[in-house]
Amino acid sequence: MEKKILQVSHLKKNYHTLKEEIEALKDINFSVDKGEFISIVGPSGCGKSTILSILNGLYEKSSGTIQMDSNTHIAYMLQDDCLLPFRTILDNCLIGLEITGKLTAENRQYVINLLKSYGLSQFINQYPSSLSGGMRQRCALIRTLAVKPDILLLDEATSALDYQTSLAISEDIHRIIKKEGKTAIMVTHDIAQAISMSDSIIVLSKRPAIIKNKYTLSFDSHLTPMERRKTKEFSDYYDMIWRDLDVHI
Amino acid sequence: MYTYSKEHLDYLKKKRKKKRTITFWRLSIVLLIFFVWELFARNHMINTFLFSSPSRVIQTMVSLIQSRELFLHIGITIYEVFISFVVTSLLSFFIATILWSNDLLAKIMDPYITILNSLPKVALGPLIIIWVGASIHSIIFMALMISLFVTILTIYQGFISINPSYIIMLKSFGASKWQIFQKIIFPSNYDTIIAALKINISMSLIGVVMGELLVSKSGLGYLIMYGSQVFQIDLVITGVFLLGVLSSIMYFLLSLLERYFIQKKS
Repeated sequence: MEKKILQVSHLKKNYHTLKEEIEALKDINFSVDKGEFISIVGPSGCGKSTILSILNGLYEKSSGTIQMDSNTHIAYMLQDDCLLPFRTILDNCLIGLEITGKLTAENRQYVINLLKSYGLSQFINQYPSSLSGGMRQRCALIRTLAVKPDILLLDEATSALDYQTSLAISEDIHRIIKKEGKTAIMVTHDIAQAISMSDSIIVLSKRPAIIKNKYTLSFDSHLTPMERRKTKEFSDYYDMIWRDLDVHI
Repeated sequence: MYTYSKEHLDYLKKKRKKKRTITFWRLSIVLLIFFVWELFARNHMINTFLFSSPSRVIQTMVSLIQSRELFLHIGITIYEVFISFVVTSLLSFFIATILWSNDLLAKIMDPYITILNSLPKVALGPLIIIWVGASIHSIIFMALMISLFVTILTIYQGFISINPSYIIMLKSFGASKWQIFQKIIFPSNYDTIIAALKINISMSLIGVVMGELLVSKSGLGYLIMYGSQVFQIDLVITGVFLLGVLSSIMYFLLSLLERYFIQKKS
C-alpha cells in the first residue's frame, strides 16, 4: 500500500427528529491507504451508509474531522443502479462528466473504452431496459469511474441483485477497481462479500456505532474473490467477524 | 425479410379484429343515439321545441354557416381557449418549478393552492367582472382561475415523485439544483406534463365557456346563453354539440403530441 489518502477521526453523527435525537455514529476513526479496498460491515441500521454519505458530502457530520487532499475526487455508487431510462447507456455513463463540466472528447473516448473493456460495447447506443441486472450494475460502475475518482464509495452495490449475479458482479467490481488502481470503500451487510473483495475490513457495533474491530486481510494478492472463498483463511475471517457482529437469531 | 409464423399472424388478426370492434361500437352508439333521437322527434314522441332533433341542429348549423356567424363564434372561442391554454401552461410550469426548487415555499403555499383549486370558481364570476371588466380579459381570467391550480398541482406532484436515488446519484457528482432539474426532473416528467396539458385544455375550455356565459357577446358560450334566453333550444344544442367537437379536436391534437413524445422516448 502507498500513502494515506483519507483519515477519519472522531466522526460523530446525530440525526434529529421531532420526537428524539438519534445518535448514529459515536466515534469513528479509520484511515485508508491509496489503492486500498476497505469494507465496512455491521448490524443493520448501525450507520454504515451514513459514513459514506458524510464522506461524499451528502450529509453533514455532527463533529469530527475528515482529512484528505483538496484535489481528492470521490464518487459514489448506490445499491440502486439509477440508470435513467430515457438516456442511452453511453449517455448514462457520461452524466457525471456533464455535471462536473468535464465532458471532453478525450473523456468521452475514455468512457467508450471502459464500456468496450467491460463487455458493454454492443449496448452503447441502447437504453437501460435492454440490459440485465448485472450489466446495469456494471454500467453504474463505469458511470462512477468515468469521472476518474480517487476514491470510490460503494454502498451495498450488489445487494439488489440475485445471489449468482451478485457473485459475478463482485468479481467484476473487484477486477475493475484493482485494474484501474482505485481506492474503494465498500459498505455491505454481506460478510462473505467483504472478505472476498477487501484488503481490510472495519466491523461496526450496533447504533450508536463505534469501530468494534478492524481486520487487515492476508490473502495472496492474485486471488480473485471467488478463489478467496475457497481458502481456509476465508472461513476463519468469517467466523471472527460473525462473532464480532454478535448476531442473535 | 422477417416472416411471421401462422400463430403470430392469427394473433395480429385477433388484435386488429378487436380494434375494429371497438371502433364499430363507438360509432354505432353515437349513430344510434342520433337515430333514436330523430325517430322520436319525427314521430312526435318528444317535443322538438324543448329537445330539438339532429336534423334541426344540422339546419341551425347550416344557417349559422350561411350567415357566417358559426366561424366567428368558433374562432373567438378557439382564440380565447388558446390564449388561456398557453398562459396557464407556461405559468403553471413556471410556478411548479419554483415550488419544486424551494421546499419551504412549497410547504407555505400548499394550503393556498389546495384551497384555490377546490374553490368553485363560478362563485368568483361577479368579482372577476367587477375587477377585470366585462371583456375578453375576464373570460381569459376566469379560464386561468379554473385551469391554473389543478395544472400546477399535477406538474408539481410529478416533479416531487421522482425516485430519490436518482437525485442522490446526481448530487454525488456535485449536481446543482438546476442540473438536477435539467437532467432528471424535466425529462422524467414528459408524461406528467402532457397529462397536465390534457387537463389544462379541458379546463381552459370550461373556463372560457363559463366566462362567455357570464360576459361575452360572441363565442360558443354566448351562443348557448343567447339560445337559452330566447328559448331557441336548437341553438343551445348546436352550441353544446360544437363544444364537444372542439374539445375532441383539441384532445386529439394533444394525443398526437403525446404519441410523438412516447415515440421519441422509445
